[in-house]
Amino acid sequence: MAIEVGRMGTQAVAGERITGDATGRFPEWLFRSMTRVAAFAIVALVILIAIQLVLGSRLAWQEFGLSFLTGTDWNPVKDIYGALPFIVGTLLTSLIALVIGAPIGLLTAIFLAELAPPRVAAPLIFLIELLAAIPSVVVGLWGVFVLAPTLKVTVETWIVSTLGWIPFFSGPTFGVGVFTAGVILSIMILPTIVSIAREVIRAVPDGQREAMLALGATRWEMTTRAVLPYARSGIIGAVILGLGRALGETMAVTMVVGNSTDIPDRLFDQGQTIASQIATTFNEAAVGLQTSALIYLGLVLLAITISLNIVARLLVWRVTRPIGSET
Amino acid sequence: MAAGPSPAAAQVTLHGAGATFPAPLYEVWFQDYNTAYSNVQIDYQANGSGAGIKAITEQTVDFGASDAAMKDEEIAALPAGTKMLHFPTALGAVVVTYNVPGVTALSLDADTISEIFLGTITKWNDPAIAALNSGATLPATDILVVHRSDGSGTTNTFTTYLDTVSPEWHTKVGAGKEVKWAVGIGAAGNDGVAGGVEQSEGGVGYVELNYAVKASLPTAKVKNADGQFVEATTAGVTAAAEAAQANFPADFRAKPIINGAGPTTYPIAAYTYLLVYVDQKDADKGKDLVSFVYWALTDGQAKEADLGYAPLPKEIVQKAIDQLHGVTTGGSPIWP
Repeated sequence: MAIEVGRMGTQAVAGERITGDATGRFPEWLFRSMTRVAAFAIVALVILIAIQLVLGSRLAWQEFGLSFLTGTDWNPVKDIYGALPFIVGTLLTSLIALVIGAPIGLLTAIFLAELAPPRVAAPLIFLIELLAAIPSVVVGLWGVFVLAPTLKVTVETWIVSTLGWIPFFSGPTFGVGVFTAGVILSIMILPTIVSIAREVIRAVPDGQREAMLALGATRWEMTTRAVLPYARSGIIGAVILGLGRALGETMAVTMVVGNSTDIPDRLFDQGQTIASQIATTFNEAAVGLQTSALIYLGLVLLAITISLNIVARLLVWRVTRPIGSET
Repeated sequence: MAAGPSPAAAQVTLHGAGATFPAPLYEVWFQDYNTAYSNVQIDYQANGSGAGIKAITEQTVDFGASDAAMKDEEIAALPAGTKMLHFPTALGAVVVTYNVPGVTALSLDADTISEIFLGTITKWNDPAIAALNSGATLPATDILVVHRSDGSGTTNTFTTYLDTVSPEWHTKVGAGKEVKWAVGIGAAGNDGVAGGVEQSEGGVGYVELNYAVKASLPTAKVKNADGQFVEATTAGVTAAAEAAQANFPADFRAKPIINGAGPTTYPIAAYTYLLVYVDQKDADKGKDLVSFVYWALTDGQAKEADLGYAPLPKEIVQKAIDQLHGVTTGGSPIWP
């Protein structure tokens, strides 16, 4: 950028108008510099965050290495730290969120993109996006005071009474636990899944739909056999992006997940996620190994989230870029 | 008491950070002190003892506050050539709160408390609990333990009690601001634990006395070292501190006061501290700090009982005032 500033007064760069004269028009070089600085600053910030995490976790890395990822004990008194309970908790709550949220989100997206008349679709889209705007901590409060007690006496009791003979679905149920956290997460990732899936479904060329309908298919057949297969990778991308949000969600989860540092072995067991563990214990963590272990945890979460986001972006990009041969 | 030092004449704002436990008390103190000396404003961030110790070590605040005295590693992390003084300001107690249907008064002792929190006792009508509560009908409800999910001085005090009284607890769990609990669900903050207990039949948890007083929570009587079952009161806590004051360390870094002697003492108590550097870089701020700490140790003590904090024993107040004379700025004492 500095080089371009120096060049301005002395020579013309091909294709670029030199301005900055008395008419006071906004200088082209300034525009290019500002946008370039902004873009690189953001990238630099992400890289710096990753570097800080790596530096901060060095102590824990020296102490535990990769066995941190399989360690099951988190014991600040004995200074032994293992991340497995939190990795399992994070993945389990996110999985529950997906199992509940993906089908509902997909059906909603199909409804909004294919079936709903515009005057119904528009307010619905607005309301679903409003759901994304509710602060996480407010959702968490609602979860603690409304959702957890309600789930405990209705859904959880019903599941235990019908499926309780399977150890995974057995009681006791306390309302707070991995299941409730999963339900709350599913509510929070719905807007993400719905809006991206809706875009992806709308991007399916009408030619596909018309061809199917011309062959005498019903709307259901057209949707399942022409639209969805075409949009498949984009929908998977939407779901993975929703998963990415679920992995990092902190405040809502920490209030309803039960905060137990043991690996959850039942659906209604208490657990803990990486984000929640860091948020609740970082302030009082002992300087030294405990703080370093928490930063190491953060690094693990960052790695999981980044890889998932890259996969999702690639999938969504693959389906929504314009394909020249289509009409 | 002789009149204390007054603050510097300049308009100053002191910044502090640290423990959440004394925050309600400090807020009242800062306001009252400002009424007395309107040129001194004090603001305080209650983001936890650990954060307070980090902040005062990095000198981003003028004073810190912590429920637990600084550990050796934390003192070693202080900037070279500096020394930190601990000033006790109040005493707190940890109480056991419960939610047992049909029970309005509960008595527990060291063995039953440790076995409940270890998960060895699982029902409220267990013979060990029934033996201590002959007058009450205890239901067969499951016990649900609610503990802190965040690190806290309250946990430190409570686990130190359990660590002292139960060898099994000592081997299995140990004491600290954050421990690996044997059973139970975690909740954040005193309010989280209280809420968790209130919402679950059969719930039992531990909270700070001042919080229990403010929220009118049912609290259990605990058997003290003399064999008496005592309700947690500020008087009982001060009595515990008075009985233990002969063992008060010279560097003021006292451990929680467990099972103090005396008929009325409550067995689970701990000091909370203000952390101030011996040598103050800013002379005005140093004068204000000395003046405020003196006020806190004298006039401030009168406010404590109403808020649920136990006042310091007189001997400890005198020791702290003596230590206050040692605060210097640029090498020379502020209040000789």
